[in-house]
Amino acid sequence: MRVFLRQLTPALVALVVFTVLLGLVYPLATTAVAQVAFGHRADGSTVERDGVVVGSELIGQPFVSPQYLHPRPSAAGAGYDGSASSGSNAGPLNEDFLDAIDERVAAYRDENGLPDGAEVPVDAVTASGSGLDPHISIANARLQAPRVAAARGLPVEDVLAVIEEHTDDRGIAVLGEPGVNVLLVNVALDELSQGG
Amino acid sequence: MTWQNVVQALALVLLLVVTVPPLGRYIAAVYGSRDDGTAPGDRVFGPLERSIHRLCRIDDRREQRWNVYAISMLAFSLVSLLGLYALLRLQGSLPFNPTDRDGVGPTGAFNTAVSFVTNTNWQWYSGEVALSHLSQMLGLAVQNFASAGVGFAVIIAIIRGITRTTHRSRTLGNFWVDLVRGTVRILLPLSFLFALVIASQGVVQNLSGHTSATLVDAAAAESVGSATQAIPGGPVASQVAIKQLGTNGGGFYNANSAHPLENPNPITNLLENWAILVIPFALVVAFGILVRDRRQSRLLAAVMALFLVCVTAFSMFAESNGNPELTARGVDQSISTTQSGGNLEGKEVRFGTSACTLWAGSTTGTSNGSVNCMHDSFTPLGGLGPMFQMMLGEVSPGGIGVGLMGLLVNALLAVFIAGLMVGRTPEYLGRKIQAAEMKLLTLYILAMPAALLGFAAASMTLDSAATYQPGPHGLSEVLYNFASAANNNGSAFAYQGTGTQWYTVTQGIAMLIGRFFLIIPALAIAGSLAGRPKVPSTSGTLPTHTPLFGALVTGVVIVVAGLTFFPALALGPILEHLSL
Repeated sequence: MRVFLRQLTPALVALVVFTVLLGLVYPLATTAVAQVAFGHRADGSTVERDGVVVGSELIGQPFVSPQYLHPRPSAAGAGYDGSASSGSNAGPLNEDFLDAIDERVAAYRDENGLPDGAEVPVDAVTASGSGLDPHISIANARLQAPRVAAARGLPVEDVLAVIEEHTDDRGIAVLGEPGVNVLLVNVALDELSQGG
Repeated sequence: MTWQNVVQALALVLLLVVTVPPLGRYIAAVYGSRDDGTAPGDRVFGPLERSIHRLCRIDDRREQRWNVYAISMLAFSLVSLLGLYALLRLQGSLPFNPTDRDGVGPTGAFNTAVSFVTNTNWQWYSGEVALSHLSQMLGLAVQNFASAGVGFAVIIAIIRGITRTTHRSRTLGNFWVDLVRGTVRILLPLSFLFALVIASQGVVQNLSGHTSATLVDAAAAESVGSATQAIPGGPVASQVAIKQLGTNGGGFYNANSAHPLENPNPITNLLENWAILVIPFALVVAFGILVRDRRQSRLLAAVMALFLVCVTAFSMFAESNGNPELTARGVDQSISTTQSGGNLEGKEVRFGTSACTLWAGSTTGTSNGSVNCMHDSFTPLGGLGPMFQMMLGEVSPGGIGVGLMGLLVNALLAVFIAGLMVGRTPEYLGRKIQAAEMKLLTLYILAMPAALLGFAAASMTLDSAATYQPGPHGLSEVLYNFASAANNNGSAFAYQGTGTQWYTVTQGIAMLIGRFFLIIPALAIAGSLAGRPKVPSTSGTLPTHTPLFGALVTGVVIVVAGLTFFPALALGPILEHLSL
């Protein structure tokens, strides 16, 4: 016990020193350098339109109108809630989850004028881990393109070109998977519609 | 899987092969491998360390026996635990709280304090909902460093126990010196550089609360109940760096490394995945240098890598095959040039099933526990891999210090079993292993399974603890979550609500057992070996660097875990797979 009590002083002082060095100096120094060197990235990579912040290029956003590309289902709050990131965590045999899949498959076919029995890309009916996934698969985006084009009165080729332009390739051509950035496509589509 | 996925896995291996040996040499040199008594960074870090020693009133030349070393470690952990508990309870009335978080409740704060002090980083709460920036920085980030620093100290002390052969040198070093050294010379500079690299890629690093963004599609406001979206802020990159490098794993945000602001693109994903593995493997290299027999490191690293590669590949195949229930419902899970396919529930499009399972294998092979996808939504076999790897006792390659410690204990068990077979006194690295060590070793082996299975069984019988999903998946959740706590991992089958009083308390206890009931017997073994004279190697000595011994250690690890956990696994993930 005496040995233990004797070690309490160094324990307490070491904790205080660590708290100052690692809890204040380290994060504040990192913040200072990061803000000076790449402030935009370190502040959440926000996207602005007419001086108003309309989102972050890294974070998905809810879209329901037909003239927009729709993101994946989301389990973050009521959907794409940036202050409540979350996946569904549903198990592969969870019945509520499988019922939700049935509904989403039917809704996706309906929205995009696909025949009964048409296969639906998996990312279109499953929720991501963060609930804030900014991407959808290329297959998913292409299936939605005719609907978006019709709602905007644009040729499908123009919509496909915007999708192509905002497709992020794999990292250095081999890492991860390619994906279409939904927010950036939709912002670009609005610009195209206004300009045209 | 596509050829790109294979190259991605190879890129991770290549990155490790290039960086692990130099880092291992650096760690060994920091902990005294040089004959002239100098260590790298003496000029930069020496004065800082000396002033810390002076402030703490430590005589840095005075060494401790194993029991004093262990008591110092316990004193530091206890003070850390109480400090963090107080901080979490009081955060509501403290500064750096831009999102106005209230204090955390008593059992919740106990759970979180234990979790971060034991290097587990189990999180029953959502970071962005429950914690202030001050708690994240002063509390969690500090313990991310400190708990990893304790891991360094413990393994270095154990190595000294194995290598010191003169009777006068029954000490294991000075805990305070070892703790400060590993933290200041290894973790801090690495984390600082790493934080800047990932911040340049889009990981947030500021002191703001939420930035409010106006939704582009006004019609969506109705369905989500808000016309704006919160873009969260915070000192994230600095915290992500140490949570990855220090085998901690506690995310700044609830979604952990699946969150785009913690892990924005496939490049940060590869780097963060590398950061999980690099120090645990480098410690094995350092071990070989410090015991002056590098063949030993090659063998131990090979055993670790074997488990890691097999489990990861197993999960990768299971996940890329997708969920047959979805295929039956008209969902296309095939792999093509326009979609990554596979089981995408709980996974990000930018990562896909390959990068996710690569991470899942790494995070459960070490005791990291950060996730870039939700393990609870894995297919039954995909989830079995990570769960089984934790049940092996986190030895592939395990957490900082404690992973190598675990495999060394298994190696001692292997030489003991081999000794029984041929009727010779077992030896490891020229030290005779005797009854005293074997008793401690039994304690070590029993603690984790007892905590895991005991609490899991109790949870299954309590109605109030039934927060899991129906069917065999529920058992999988309880098993996974106690495996995670008892092995100080921290990843979760997160559907299960673990914020209840029952789970916060029992998981807290499981984490304490998994940390201290393993470290203390291991230190005692080292203390008992320290100063024991080296026996000369003869033709009857079992060499511990050959493939034969590697197979023996592998067998011991599998048999111990397999016999203990197979019945439970059969009723959880295996039954669930059969009912697909």
